[in-house]
Amino acid sequence: MKKWFHQWVSPPHLYERADRYAKVFLFLAIASILVALYGGLVLAPADYQQGDAFRIIYVHVPSAWLSMFAYAFMAGASFVALVWRFSAAHAVATVIAPIGAVFTLLCLLTGSLWGKPMWGTWWEWDARMTSELVLLLIYLGYIALRLSFEEQAKADKAAAIFALIGVVNLPIIHYSVYWWNTLHQGATVSKIGKPSITWDMGWPLLLMTIGFMLFFGAITLMATRGELLSRERRTKWVKELVDINRGVN
Amino acid sequence: MQEFFSMGGYAFYVWSSFGFSIAGLIYLYLASKSSFKKKFNEVSIWQIRENKRVDK
Repeated sequence: MKKWFHQWVSPPHLYERADRYAKVFLFLAIASILVALYGGLVLAPADYQQGDAFRIIYVHVPSAWLSMFAYAFMAGASFVALVWRFSAAHAVATVIAPIGAVFTLLCLLTGSLWGKPMWGTWWEWDARMTSELVLLLIYLGYIALRLSFEEQAKADKAAAIFALIGVVNLPIIHYSVYWWNTLHQGATVSKIGKPSITWDMGWPLLLMTIGFMLFFGAITLMATRGELLSRERRTKWVKELVDINRGVN
Repeated sequence: MQEFFSMGGYAFYVWSSFGFSIAGLIYLYLASKSSFKKKFNEVSIWQIRENKRVDK
């Protein structure tokens, strides 16, 4: 296990494997998203209260989940990078920030488009929405913090600490619907015990979330490759690799 | 078919949600792909410059 892990975090190994895994993930992601789109838009019955507007759930919930999952992953990588000094983990955290920010933005946008017809408002300073907006600001803060340092090592350290502090916001987002009296509806899927969504409506949501996660995996791996090259430009493996592939790309 | 596109009167909200989401995913894919190419070219140019500097 330990050997396996060390091999994985070695930059040349990760660089090489990332390409293959990214392609597999991307293929599976596109397949699941297409099937889930058909399931969510065509096969699933309309909701008895919300009619067809409920279908926004199929893009809203996966983006929301990914906005948090990406953050947890970024913080996890930051932790690993800080404690065990794996430079590859800093590279992973760096590329996740803008990706997570896009998912957060999608979550807010689709939420707004759902809120207008259902609640009669595009936005409310309710705990769930505000904490999700804070997540977007944390992502942007992380990116800005990185850009404010000239030296890579300092930027890595500061950004990793910042990412770990920001973790506090994740349980706040998750529990906001219980802790405060929110306009946002309570959890339907990640409820302890039985989720209160029927299987006809539930399976496309589950599949879409899996598709989004695979997609996240694919693009994170793709972007990590570039980040690794850039960070390791002085090493022998990058020199050789760039020499061989010059002109190809 | 008409019924499908009208989404029970919520067409604007449903289709724009899905539209934004698909556009977001496509953007992420293209951005990740181009960031790799950009970094690769940067490193490649940096290396050529570095080699010249060492030769001198």
